[in-house]
Amino acid sequence: MEPILQVKNLNHLYSAGTPFEHKALEEVSFSVNRGEFIGIIGHTGSGKSTLMQHLNGLLKPTSGDILLDGKSIWADKASTRQARFRVGLVFQYPEYQLFEETVYKDIAFGPKNMKLSAEEVDRRVREAAGFVGLTEKQLEVSPFDLSGGQKRRVAIAGVIAMEPEVLILDEPTAGLDPVGREGILKNIEDYRKAKNATIMMVSHSMEDVARLTDRLLVMNHSRLAFDGTPAEVFTHAEELVEMGLSIPQVTQVFLHLRKMGVKVENVYTIEQAIAELKRIRGGDVHA
Amino acid sequence: MLKDITLGQYFPGKSPIHLLDPRTKLIMLVVYIVALFIASGWVSYALMLVFLAAVIKISTIPFKSILRGMKPLVMILVFTGILNIFFTAGETVWLKLGFITITKEGVIRAVFMMARILMLVSGTFLMTYTTSPIALTDGLESLMNPLKKIKVPVHELSMMMCIALRFIPTLIEETDKIMSAQKARGADFESGSIIDRAKALIPILVPLFISAFRRADELATAMECRCYQGGDGRTKMKILRYHRWDFYAFGVGALLVAAVVTLTSFGL
Repeated sequence: MEPILQVKNLNHLYSAGTPFEHKALEEVSFSVNRGEFIGIIGHTGSGKSTLMQHLNGLLKPTSGDILLDGKSIWADKASTRQARFRVGLVFQYPEYQLFEETVYKDIAFGPKNMKLSAEEVDRRVREAAGFVGLTEKQLEVSPFDLSGGQKRRVAIAGVIAMEPEVLILDEPTAGLDPVGREGILKNIEDYRKAKNATIMMVSHSMEDVARLTDRLLVMNHSRLAFDGTPAEVFTHAEELVEMGLSIPQVTQVFLHLRKMGVKVENVYTIEQAIAELKRIRGGDVHA
Repeated sequence: MLKDITLGQYFPGKSPIHLLDPRTKLIMLVVYIVALFIASGWVSYALMLVFLAAVIKISTIPFKSILRGMKPLVMILVFTGILNIFFTAGETVWLKLGFITITKEGVIRAVFMMARILMLVSGTFLMTYTTSPIALTDGLESLMNPLKKIKVPVHELSMMMCIALRFIPTLIEETDKIMSAQKARGADFESGSIIDRAKALIPILVPLFISAFRRADELATAMECRCYQGGDGRTKMKILRYHRWDFYAFGVGALLVAAVVTLTSFGL
């Protein structure tokens, strides 16, 4: 199967040709398959945000290329515009970009820009609202009357309504309470399953990425440091700590247990940990 | 692109110009502008130019940065130049093409006007480049202090100016962010008719205003938490004092005005 998104030798210089010039991305290459759930982790300023903004053509690479379905998104103007719609990008704190009088109109902004028919816009708005758990009643209120978590859902629905094949989210759960976090993560997973969409999620929670993603991209100093399954990436515990990152707490506990001489396998999620404990204790563990 | 705006940008440094009291710089700027308007002949203009060049040199601000700030002025300069060349009456006619006459006086006047605008703006830039916004508002407040007698809210005005300056970069950054977010939803700011483009600004302006109000609210709360209650009884951490260099600067200013006045009275 051909990858949906290919990033080839991507380089990006900010303020090229001035004294403030600095490298934000250096020789970044990877490819993304349809339906994958990818986590992007990295220290602040490691190039995550710059990378994300390249994937839908908001930033133009200094050199290198991005292929969507095998075709460069910079081939012509139409391809760039297509990339905006096919690769949906949810920024950090997306609730600050809401502007319409009603939730409905705000979610419809993206689909309307795609020049879809009125019926199609209506269908997409209602479906997107459904994915993030907004009620019919809430569609008619002003987005500014909603709570923080609900505003975040509206903003995410605004991108989902464009039905992007690749949905990229920059810390979608930042600043939310545990219930709100779980809710949003579940909405994202639902969207992926329903549309066989690719998800790329920037997160600072090692627990979340270990639990949800199939694959992790680790950014460090403008370069792609690791690219692999969470299990593979978290074996590099020391390097990750050096990059200002960490490994899931449960993994740390189990690594410690191993050092103490307990014969356990490496685990990355609570579920794995319970299973592993059950295995060595003979089924006598309560979560 | 929005980041290219250099208006009021401060270049930190330790040159004698940076170290001058902000009040001195403000007064000197007024003196300089007055001298610039008194000057009328080649020699007095040359003197002003030498003075400006010397101050730029001492300030260690790269000449390029000052030139970059001039970019938005190009249209005004061209306009001024053309108006003066074509609409100044004079005796020595250099060129006559139909209804267009270009006279020697017109050309000279155009050159003087453009030079005056350029020097005026570079002088002002030089002050904002070498003075931090906080020092600048401190200086303004101190200079306007006598106005308190006639109930002008001097402290409040300078605090407002200080806050406004402080939030310019923040709001520019915010605008960039909101623009990217709306572009990601397919907003198009670059094509369409003027009305389309004006409409396209709504998705930027509404969130920008909301966030500006939110920030203002948060700032007001934060200030009240620290017991801010206006200027009454407020002391300063950095008390403004004139030093040796300030008196030298005033001396140079007085000499400059005297020289320009003398030169002008001789028609130079």
